[in-house]
Formats: sequence, C-alpha cells, structure tokens
Amino acid sequence: MDILNELVAWFADPVQWTGSAGIPARMAEHVYYCLLGLLISAVIAVPLGLLTGHTGVGGFLTASLANFARALPTIGVLFLIVLAAGIGLVPVVCALVALAVPPILVNTHEGVRGVEPRLRDAAFGMGMRGREVLFGLELPVATPLILIGMRTAAVQVVATATIAAYVGVGGLGRYIVDGQARQDLTMMLGGSVLVVLLAVLTTLLFAGLRLLLVAPGLRAAAASAR
Amino acid sequence: MHKRLALIGLPLAAALLTACGGSDPYAEDEEGGGGAEAGSVVIGSADFPESTLLAEIYGRAMEAEGVDVTYQLSIGSREVYYSQIESGNLSVFPEYNGATLAYLDDEAPSGNSEETNALVAEALPEGLEILDSSSAENKDSVTVTAEIAREHDLSTLADLADVAGELTLGGPPEFETRQQGVVGLADVYGVEFGEYRSLEVALLTQALMDGDIQAANLFTTDPQIAVEGLVVLEDPENLFGAQNITPLINGEQVDETARGALNAVSAALTTEALTSLNERVVVQNENAADVAQEWLEQEGLA
Amino acid sequence: MIGAAWDWTTGVLDWGVSNWSYPGEPDRGILPRLTEHMRLAYLSILIGLALAVPLGLACVRWKPLYPPVLTGVNVLYAVPSIALFFLMLPYTGFSDWTAVVPLALYTLVILLPNVVDGLRQVPDHVRQAAVAMGFGPLRRLVFVEMPVAVPVIIAGLRVASVATISMVSVASLVGLGGLGQLILSEGFRRQFDAPIVVGVLLTVLLAFVTDALLVLAQRRLTPWARGDDAGGGSGRDRRAAARASAKAAAARAGAGTPDADRTTPAER
Repeated sequence: MDILNELVAWFADPVQWTGSAGIPARMAEHVYYCLLGLLISAVIAVPLGLLTGHTGVGGFLTASLANFARALPTIGVLFLIVLAAGIGLVPVVCALVALAVPPILVNTHEGVRGVEPRLRDAAFGMGMRGREVLFGLELPVATPLILIGMRTAAVQVVATATIAAYVGVGGLGRYIVDGQARQDLTMMLGGSVLVVLLAVLTTLLFAGLRLLLVAPGLRAAAASAR
Repeated sequence: MHKRLALIGLPLAAALLTACGGSDPYAEDEEGGGGAEAGSVVIGSADFPESTLLAEIYGRAMEAEGVDVTYQLSIGSREVYYSQIESGNLSVFPEYNGATLAYLDDEAPSGNSEETNALVAEALPEGLEILDSSSAENKDSVTVTAEIAREHDLSTLADLADVAGELTLGGPPEFETRQQGVVGLADVYGVEFGEYRSLEVALLTQALMDGDIQAANLFTTDPQIAVEGLVVLEDPENLFGAQNITPLINGEQVDETARGALNAVSAALTTEALTSLNERVVVQNENAADVAQEWLEQEGLA
Repeated sequence: MIGAAWDWTTGVLDWGVSNWSYPGEPDRGILPRLTEHMRLAYLSILIGLALAVPLGLACVRWKPLYPPVLTGVNVLYAVPSIALFFLMLPYTGFSDWTAVVPLALYTLVILLPNVVDGLRQVPDHVRQAAVAMGFGPLRRLVFVEMPVAVPVIIAGLRVASVATISMVSVASLVGLGGLGQLILSEGFRRQFDAPIVVGVLLTVLLAFVTDALLVLAQRRLTPWARGDDAGGGSGRDRRAAARASAKAAAARAGAGTPDADRTTPAER
C-alpha cells in the first residue's frame, strides 16, 4: 500500500495546489478545453441532428458521417492538425470535436426519429406546423436521448483531452505525460485519479441537467428505456 | 491483478507475435547465445528517428556479417527497454553513454567520454555491457533562433543569465527536473527561464520558429538546426557531458562476430555523418532502412 | 492550387505504395503495422465479448449486481487510455497485453449494457413457453434467450469495434499500436504528413470493413430478422421490436446504424 500513501502525500503536498502547474490551474485548463470542445460539437451536431431527424432526409448520410468520424484515430487527427496549424489550442479542440460530434449527432437524430408517429400525427392534427412540431414535440421528447449522447461525448472528451499534453498544452494530461517522462508513477496516478473524478462529476452534472431539462412526464418513460 | 494477467498473457502474446511473423523473443534461449558461429540477436530502438536509424545501421552491419538480426523498433520508454535488455528479450540497443549513466545513477557527474564510460561500466548490473563508443555524439543543447541570438547577443549558455527571465524554454518533460537540464542550468550558469513548456521533441523546432518558445532543448544532431539556421549555445562548463553513441548489450547473447560488426560501425560513424543521415530521414523523409544500407555500403561495412 | 493538391495526394499515395511491404523483410512496411493493428483490435474485442457475456448473464440473473458493475465499468472507461497503457508497461512490457487489456476493458462499457438489454428483452411468455416445453436453464439460454439477444449484442459489437479500432492507435505512445506506429513514429516524429494520412485512412477503412463483416454476421446469425414476407402479424411485430430495440441500444451507446435507418420506415 506504499503507492497509496505516496498518492495521498502527493495530493496533500501544498505545492500541488498553487501556481500554474498546480491542480486548480490544470483542472481549470482541462475543463476549459472540454467545455470548448463540447460546446462547439453541440452547436454543430444538435441542429444537424434535429434537421435530419425532423425531415427524415440525410439520415443515412448523417449516420455514415458519424461512423466515419468515430473511426478516426484521435492522435492522427491531432498530429495532422498540429503539422498544418502549429501547436496550441486549435488542434486539441478540433480533435475533441471530431470525437464528440458522432454520439451527439446520432442520438439527436435517433431521438427525433424515435418520436411516435401517432404523437406527430396528433400534433399536426392540432394544427401545429413543422417548426412547432419540431420545437414543441420532437425536441422535448428527444431531449433525454440527446442528453445521453452529450454525456457519452463528455466522458470521452474528459478522458481524451489528456492527450493534449502531447502537443504542448496544459490540462490534467500534463501529470500523466510528464509523470511518464520523469518515471514518476505517483504523479501519473494522481493525474489519472483527477481525470476519473472529473468524469464522475460530469456524469452527475448530466443527471442534474436531466432533472432540469426533461419534462417530468417524459422522465418516467425515459427511465424505463434506460 | 495485473501480474496474474501478465502470467497468462505473455506466452499467448508471444505465440501470437510468432504466428504473425513478428519477433520471437524466445529464439535466443534455444540457441544459447554465443555458442553458434554467427548467432542471432534482437536489436531495439527508442521511439525517435535517430535511435531507429542507428538500430538499422548497427543491425544491418551485423546482418552483413551473417548474424541473424530481429528488429524491435520504437519502444517508448527507457524503463521498458532497459528491463527487456536485462531479461534478454533484447540483446543490442544503440544508446548514448551519458544518458545511460544518468539512468543508472541520476547523481553521476558530467564528464568526458572515457570518464563516463568508466562510470557506466561500474554501474551496469551483471550481464549488461557497453561496447566501444563512437566519436559520433548527440548532446542536449539549449538552442535559439538566429534572431534571438542576435537580439540578446547570445553565444554561450552563460550569456543567457541576464535575459532568460523573459524567455520561455521548451523541451521534453524530463528536461525540466533533471540535473543535466533546467536544474543544472540554474546551478552551473545561473540561468533561470521565465517559463518552461513541456513539448514533444518533434515539435520543438516548429514551436521555436512560430515564437511559441524562445529557446529549445534540441539534440545537437537535429538536422533542423542547419535547415533553419538555429544557434546552438556553447556549453563551456560541460554541463551536458558526453553523449557518445554506445551500444548497450546483453553480454551473453552477443557473440564475437556481432561485437566486431558493432565496433566497426562505432569506429566509422562521426557526428557529421550522423547529422547528415538524420537529415535524409527527417527532412528528406527517406526510409531509415534505405539510408542505413547506403551508408554502410559506402563505408564498406555491408 | 489544384496542382498542389494533386501533387500532395499523389505524394501520399506514392509513399503508401512504395512502403507497403518489403519482400524478405516481414517486420517492415505498412502491411505488418496493419496486421498488428488488426490483431490488437480483434483480440481486445473478442476478450471484451468473452467478459461481457458471462458478466451480463450474471447481472440479469442477480439484478442487484448490475448497477454497481455498470458503475465500475463506467469509471474504468473514464481512466485515460494513455494512463492505463503506461500503468500496464511495468507488468506486461511490450507484449500485446499492454494494449489489449485496457482496450478489452473499455469495450465493456458498450458491450455489457447491450448484453443485459438483449437478454432482458426476451418476452416473459416466450421464456415461460420454453420452460413449459421442458427446456432447462442452459438450453433456454442457448436456444431461446441468446438468439433473441443477438441483434442487440451485435449492435453493441459494431460500436465497440469501431471505437476499439480507432483507439488502438493511442497505444503507439507506449510503442505498440499498429497503424498508430505509422502515425507517431514514421509521421509525427519526422513531421511528415504522408504516414499520418495513410495511417488514418487505413484505420477508417479497417473500421468500415469490420463493421460490414459484423452486419453480414448478424444476417447469418439471425435469418428470421431478414426481410422475409412470410411471417404473420406476430412475427412481424417481434422483428420490428427487435430491430427497434437494437437501434435504441445503439443510439444509447451513440452508434450510427445506417442500414437500420433504411429499413425502419417500412416497418413502421
């Protein structure tokens, strides 16, 4: 249990909690990259998924595109953009977006497609128009699935943002990459623990968002689907 | 849990490796290294281009002498390949004498090539040996652009003392914490950079040219130094010590024929030759194997 | 502009063709990297499946087991892959297991829920009918429950295989990683784009081919789910339900199931 003691000592060392290499600074950087990546992904994927789901046009294309993006090796994307654009935030965020778009896109599309035709017929029957059906019926019904897609994306992004350290930016990956280079196992483990913690927090956050955003009547149905 | 998995895993993995035409780490055990006239060796390399190139050069020179050579290239971590040489899964590794010493004893003093080799030989565990050092050397450096050198009138590391506070130094993560790095720069030269940026070695030149960093811990045989007209700051106090190319071997597994071939390469190789071969691999993007073969033929070693 | 793009493309292709393989040197070139990639990915997926099926069965039999197991699998998934690879290194060295063990564990996050959902969706009356016909637990599992679960499990396998194939490359950071080696050592470390592009494209291609093979396997394994028109109402319903739940499971894992989309409108 030596390693556990060392890990506790690592976290207890006041040096870890101050300065630009301290845990708060690294955590803030990590959260920043992840939020930026997720936000951009959501801005791309949610409208696209709503559109293809609502119109039923381009569903095959969307799914193929998402599959293609999912198959892209993240380090390949990262390194290629670094070669083209230099080091910095751009390659990191691009790689994270490539990672986060597929789950959000597919879930948004499937969420809207999965709205029961009877409900859609009823909405049209009540005189709702295309856009009203989309925002009044389809989006709320699809929200639980969209949130699940975003949660999947978020957990992946939180874990993967660590490779940003390979191209010279900060974040929690620094502890893992630097720890490896310096043969410092404790530092590596400490970094991993922080990443896992952040992922757990992310999951909790989405559980909270679900309570906030999903209509109460839908929650029970969504829960049974889960 | 890991250990138990490893126990089940290793033989299976070895079987798979063999099945797929990869290396066979057990081949040496059967033949018993040193017994046969032209034995077989496994040569490894670290995961940067020069190390791979050197493994190709040394490996092909041994092949030319009839030694059966298997290649296990681009191994990420010194800890890993070192333990593999100890265990005999690797038998030859192109190393740098100073780096080997620093790995074995991180408090060892910097010295010239002979001093360093004597200390390495002393510190190596039973069974491991180093062969002759080449005159070819690849040292750590602090390197700046010509522009920065002119602007701050820099030619040696000592000149950095007054200006380093405004500059950012880039280098691999381990350079920040070791004696032959940021620590020694402060101790020996009183140089303390404003900031340190951990970067993959491959990215340093680009970061330097883009102005993301103002000084970089480049290797002296990096062909980009000549291509971009960079200035390597002199090291009058010999902080960075000797870094001669020196094969590290598992003694039992490398016979006299193979040793002869390895020593012949070390004798023929120079820093200039190595730098120009690096240039062909890294800048011209030629294949390391082809470049190695051509050089050996030109030197009459293959 | 177009000329430059053409030159670049032919340059990349040229590098790919001329480095494909070297006769007499089986360790060199792109081909051995590709086979290594396939070996690492397929081994991880198979081991993942071999773990997920018994684990899923246990979770269905003993319901309270599922939530903690699922949480554990999810936490494991959140550990960054580079950290796990590095942590494996001292134990497994550069054997395949350094890459395979973490990758196999990651697949569980997708495979386990799909196995559980697949098994749970067996309608109660079907199970009871099997019992009434004298099927013991094992026979029931093999001949009734597993076949019904297959479409959902394969939907999970498709997502897991694409994810694993793309993630193998990260193992190159510890000196394994198949095509990732091409990307990292040949490409990135030399600041040379051709090997990176070739590595990325081959990874995507491998993922697509694997996905197609799994779709084929599903058609083979579940002939009743094919578009036969003989079935009466109940058969149709069951088919639609199976497909819809497979799709839902895939969507939950964030999968793309292009062909499912084409068939559903007709089924509705």
